[in-house]
Amino acid sequence: MRVAFTTSGDSLDAALDARFGRAPRFLVCDTDSGAVEVIDNQKGMDAAQGAGIQAAQTVARAGVQAVVTGHCGPKAFRVLSEAGVAVYTTDAATVAEALERFRSGGLTEARSADVDGHWV
Amino acid sequence: MIIAVASGKGGTGKTTVAVNLARVIGSPVRLLDCDVEEPNAHLFLSGEASERETISVPVPAVDESLCDACGECGRFCAYHAIVSLATKPLVFPELCHGCGGCALVCPRGAIREVDRRIGVIEIRNADGIVLVQGLLDVGVAMAPPLVRAVKAKLVPGEHTIIDAPPGTACPVVAAVRGADFVILVTEPTPFGLNDLALAADMTASLGVPFGVVVNRVGVGDGRVHAFCRERGIPVLLDIPDDRRIAEAYSRGKLVVDALPEYRGHFERLLERTREAVRAS
Repeated sequence: MRVAFTTSGDSLDAALDARFGRAPRFLVCDTDSGAVEVIDNQKGMDAAQGAGIQAAQTVARAGVQAVVTGHCGPKAFRVLSEAGVAVYTTDAATVAEALERFRSGGLTEARSADVDGHWV
Repeated sequence: MIIAVASGKGGTGKTTVAVNLARVIGSPVRLLDCDVEEPNAHLFLSGEASERETISVPVPAVDESLCDACGECGRFCAYHAIVSLATKPLVFPELCHGCGGCALVCPRGAIREVDRRIGVIEIRNADGIVLVQGLLDVGVAMAPPLVRAVKAKLVPGEHTIIDAPPGTACPVVAAVRGADFVILVTEPTPFGLNDLALAADMTASLGVPFGVVVNRVGVGDGRVHAFCRERGIPVLLDIPDDRRIAEAYSRGKLVVDALPEYRGHFERLLERTREAVRAS
């Protein structure tokens, strides 16, 4: 299963970015093989509006089945739901910690956005 | 002549300059309040709205029975207002700029445009000043189409004063574009200087000639005047930091009516603006 984590870094020990749409990068982890891939979110960072929508399209096209982040706004959530991508929110400090919680079943799939847009 | 009154920083006195200028310029004059998120020129003028018009932007509506999820609409839209990920498109009307491109590129004709209300325009005659005011609906974030609708009420040949929104972003560009001259109002403070520099660059890149009015002269320092000297920007008027002006403002009075000794200031501003337009 491919899972995208929001981050400002490029490795598992990097901090988990609490933002989804304006996270600098996504670390995509394959939970079966352990392979890690970095996907740039520059388009989302640069978007004047609709950063969450842009980011949701980016991860959906990357073929992930789940997103783990700090918070997810309503527009991003709608696009991710439509694309069949599950959303998990967590206060884990690092990507590795979030991955561990995901693997151990410690995260619950979000049923709706947990923040308004532009919450930061 | 179309004069736009703008400023980088908010609260510098744009509306004060716009309404007083409209009063001294003579009839017929049209004052276009393009500060559609917070129009306030009407507070200084009498008269009730005689005309009211609803303004809408066209947004896409998808006929899902015709859509084959090709994704062309989503690829076209620069604002992520329509998204198609191998599924039926999702529409975010609040992000749509109403360009109609998605409907044009749709190979199946599955997209038509429907109106989405964004605000109203009110017109009133206030003692010889025709005030056209745009009022954006609460919750709407897309001001430029409403600003353009207000400007469409311009009557060629009439004196026109545009009260622009503050800042240097899209609503301001929409308000200022096409003016014969822009008056940038600022105050002699570090904030005023910083935002004047941004507004001057914006106005210059639009190719519209401009000059500066410095309000509340006496506070702050001399750096705004020094900046204008260095950049060769004409300072058209200094308005002193006079408490009586603030008091008149707080009572909704025009400065030129409440404090007649300032009438000459605004007449000089008008004359210098006309000279600058002729010279440009």
